[in-house]
Amino acid sequence: MKVLLLSPQWLVAISQPWHWAVAGAALTLVVFLMNWLGKRFGISGSYEVACSLLGAGRKISFFRRDFKEDIWVIAFVLGTIGGGYIAVHFLSSDQPVVISQQTIDYLAGLGISYPGSDSKGLGMLPDTIFNLSSVKGILLSVLGGLLVGFGARYGRGCTSGHAISGLANLQLPSLITVIGFFIGGLLMTHVIFPWIMSF
Amino acid sequence: MKIRHIAFFVVGLFFGIVMFKSEAVSWFRIHEMFRFESFHMYGIIGTAVAFSATMLWLLKRAKFKTLDGKFLSYDVMTFNFTRHILAGTIFGLGWGLIGACPGPMYVLLGSGYSVFLIVIPSAVLGAFLYGLVRDKLPH
Repeated sequence: MKVLLLSPQWLVAISQPWHWAVAGAALTLVVFLMNWLGKRFGISGSYEVACSLLGAGRKISFFRRDFKEDIWVIAFVLGTIGGGYIAVHFLSSDQPVVISQQTIDYLAGLGISYPGSDSKGLGMLPDTIFNLSSVKGILLSVLGGLLVGFGARYGRGCTSGHAISGLANLQLPSLITVIGFFIGGLLMTHVIFPWIMSF
Repeated sequence: MKIRHIAFFVVGLFFGIVMFKSEAVSWFRIHEMFRFESFHMYGIIGTAVAFSATMLWLLKRAKFKTLDGKFLSYDVMTFNFTRHILAGTIFGLGWGLIGACPGPMYVLLGSGYSVFLIVIPSAVLGAFLYGLVRDKLPH
């Protein structure tokens, strides 16, 4: 069994980029496991837990929570971070993400080379734009985080909670929220981001 | 620390690997998605929703019980169009900019993209700011 698990062919196979249908099926397994364990699939609630742990509940009743009820969120988040570590260190395909040529050409026009703008060359994040080493890089990263955190808590859910969990439960609020995701995302991608990059 | 918490950690590990290997954590994939230049992200979300909806429907029909012995339930949100569309749009603006939603932020931090050391605390700050102005927003 151990030999089978560690066999190079098996590792090479899952180290290739996964087909979207495989990913969709795998996410369905995640949804099942979360439900079976008694929780719904979602992760942005972790921001509220962090606020609560940092003592925000003393001032704002919204952040008053029972820590014992939140341990699972912390365990899930730590697992997710660990998953990213395992994927990049043991299951990396060493090839950058194959994005469409149209997107590559468009980004080149904005001054973003592909995959060169990702210092790791993986095609995961243009860290030449979002980084800790320039004022602009820090400002853009903080702005992105603020908007995601605020929106996720105002809407009580993110891509996992609304776009997957909510839609799979046929929830109208989730559908409207996902339409909002696209209004914001399209506005940013087509109007605001090109404007930001012009500076 | 209960076995249940270890189970959530393991599910998180799996979720993180799936998100990385399916490239759903890629800023470039998100940019490509919002430019409608690839089917990839739509394929992932579409199959995840279709499979999950079918699975949940079947589980509910079969009166499936969770480990706590409860039937599957979903606490329905009060419908408020303004709230959902506004919250979604704010989130979308951030998603379109940083190219990562909450799950991928954690995954990419684990993958060694250190900039998420400020992105994630900023998102927590965003959640805190929401808590501050919550009473003034439509719900």
